[in-house]
Amino acid sequence: MSLVLENISLKVGAETHIYPSDINLETGMNVVIGPTLSGKTTLLRLIAGLDKPSSGRLLLNGVDITSVPVQQRSVAIVYQQYINYPNMTVFDNIASPLRIAKLSKMDIARKVETVAELLRIKEYLSRRPDELSGGQQQRTALARALVKGAGIVLLDEPLVNLDYKLREELRSEMRKLFSQQKETIALYATTEPLEASLLGQNIIVMDEGSVIQSGSRDEVMNHPATLRAAEILSDPRVNTINGLVVKANIAFEGSVSFKAEKKLADLSDGPYCFVLRAHHIGLAPKSASAVQIQAVVEMTEVSGSETFIHVTFAGVSWTVQQDGVHSHEINTAVDLYFEPSDLMVFPAATNRREA
Amino acid sequence: MAEIIFKQVAHRYKSTRKTNVEAEQELALSIGDFCWQDGGAYALLGPSGCGKSTLLNITSGLLAPSQGEVFFDGVNVTHLSTADRNIAQVFQFPVIYDTMTVRNNLAFPLRNRGMKEPEVSRRVGEIAEMLELDSVLNKKARGLSADQKQLISLGRGLVRKDVSAILFDEPLTVIDPHQKFKLRRKLKEIHRHLKLTLIYVTHDQSEALTFADQVLVMNNGKILQQGTPEQLFETPAHSFVGHFIGSPGMNFLSCDLGSENVRIADTVIPMDAQLCQHGLLQLAALDKNATVSIGIRPEYLQLSSEPELNGKSGIAVTLESLENYDAYQMATVSFSGATVRVKTRQSPKSGTLFLHIPEAKTRLYVNNTLVNENG
Repeated sequence: MSLVLENISLKVGAETHIYPSDINLETGMNVVIGPTLSGKTTLLRLIAGLDKPSSGRLLLNGVDITSVPVQQRSVAIVYQQYINYPNMTVFDNIASPLRIAKLSKMDIARKVETVAELLRIKEYLSRRPDELSGGQQQRTALARALVKGAGIVLLDEPLVNLDYKLREELRSEMRKLFSQQKETIALYATTEPLEASLLGQNIIVMDEGSVIQSGSRDEVMNHPATLRAAEILSDPRVNTINGLVVKANIAFEGSVSFKAEKKLADLSDGPYCFVLRAHHIGLAPKSASAVQIQAVVEMTEVSGSETFIHVTFAGVSWTVQQDGVHSHEINTAVDLYFEPSDLMVFPAATNRREA
Repeated sequence: MAEIIFKQVAHRYKSTRKTNVEAEQELALSIGDFCWQDGGAYALLGPSGCGKSTLLNITSGLLAPSQGEVFFDGVNVTHLSTADRNIAQVFQFPVIYDTMTVRNNLAFPLRNRGMKEPEVSRRVGEIAEMLELDSVLNKKARGLSADQKQLISLGRGLVRKDVSAILFDEPLTVIDPHQKFKLRRKLKEIHRHLKLTLIYVTHDQSEALTFADQVLVMNNGKILQQGTPEQLFETPAHSFVGHFIGSPGMNFLSCDLGSENVRIADTVIPMDAQLCQHGLLQLAALDKNATVSIGIRPEYLQLSSEPELNGKSGIAVTLESLENYDAYQMATVSFSGATVRVKTRQSPKSGTLFLHIPEAKTRLYVNNTLVNENG
């Protein structure tokens, strides 16, 4: 299956919500990532048929579905807020789209049980939604979306309202679940790089109503096209510093200089913006080629499995990711190390707009 | 400021909606003797319904415990109100006077206590400077951002020099993620400067572990462990703590306990003999349904294609799945019917894989409770 959005755009009055974009979605899990108000939800609404595009076409397996109304599209949606019918049992909630499709009682029972088993809520089928935990309620909503076997499943930040332990669990399951749905195109909207990395076979990066990058997971995660894409794809935030390349030598502004080797050797002389992810900076050198920076600890944040050390040096603030839980005194000096091969290089900040 | 001592405190809510017998008998809180030390930065962490808000409300005086007594610096305050205990509180949503200026909001608690104007003005100035609210002192509170409003709530507690403790109930809920960092930093700074007793309630591990010097993990009305963030991570006192702290939490593997090892089916894992001794002693005192497990964090396990690492042999495992979290890979592997998660920075090579379990990072649990080296 394939869903192609051809030169699709949406204008409401004078305001542009989506700039003309081309997007290809394939069977499996596609993730659209972007900050709040970047156009993710609008994109989902266009695909669902809840909004009509101002320009462009939607092609499902080559067939133009742009003017097919929402009821006739084979689409299911899961929202942030788990939406279930409060006065119906879990069974009836899941069965509701099948009843609308007028399936036989036996078929309904069989399909509901299969999908309930998949989502591990079979034992709760006779309960009502308010007797379930948040995670189980969202599983119920997911089950309803999957039960009718829609060709397109749209998921709009479905885990955002769950507490972190449930989120952890459902996130891993979501991945397995959609790898089993061979005939489904899933599009999952999120603000979180971790979800994009974990779930996406393909990743679409959106910002301010435009698609700024799309491609396979590895390509997008490992090679962000622009500094903005790198920012959207990184949590904690990416670390940036301006630097100058002169004769195969890189000098960070007000800080260290080192030889430009391997992939960096091709950089022509001039100013650049150098970018490092937090997990690419360590407190010990990984190899002989590591570059050392002396910094000062500003603050530490502990996530539960990782420690994020916020440091400053040469007038910039960076974040370092350390495995495990550690304490670091505020205002103490710390030595940081990174491998030059982990550096991402973008045009210097002043030219950033043209990227 | 004050040292806050709880003596034999427990609380049971009067039956509300639910009438079944179990709910009637269940204690919402059962903590016995307990102390908030003067000047400590504490976090109360646990899932919803664990009793953390009950403990906070008993501390503040919003709730009188159904059993036991509360003392502030030796004075019995069990039935005193929040105001009489001199407790300041910051809630999820800012509690301020929208139509008043920031200055008057901060001055309000002082004027209420009859402080002279020059003193009020000096004190408000000091606190406003510390909270970086000095530039908006003459603005109406209404127009300010959520994080500034929350700073005013905090400031209204800080202006009172005699405050016994400041209590926070999920104070960052309505704050924009970008501003959270700034507020957390501010709270840390304030604690360092003023050495006030701060008690912070949250269900979010990052918030608790970042804020507090001492974290209390609660579940089912009990404090399962009190410790530094490192202690909770390294030596969880209860399997619940190991599971709750960390994403993902600690691996727990059921096993049989021997005199110098544990066994999972036919796999033998070496273990400190003295620790085994302590475990066996505890086990002997329990009934035959008692459980034994080992706990090990995914961060400390190693996967390798080498059967031996540092002279120790590994366990041959099957790779069940591999998840890519960008900063690391999460491998799920199995052996002898057990499944464990391993965090690794490198993708495991294909072929036979060996799991290396470092003994120094492996914890022993009897009936879900940590067996420590001292028995």
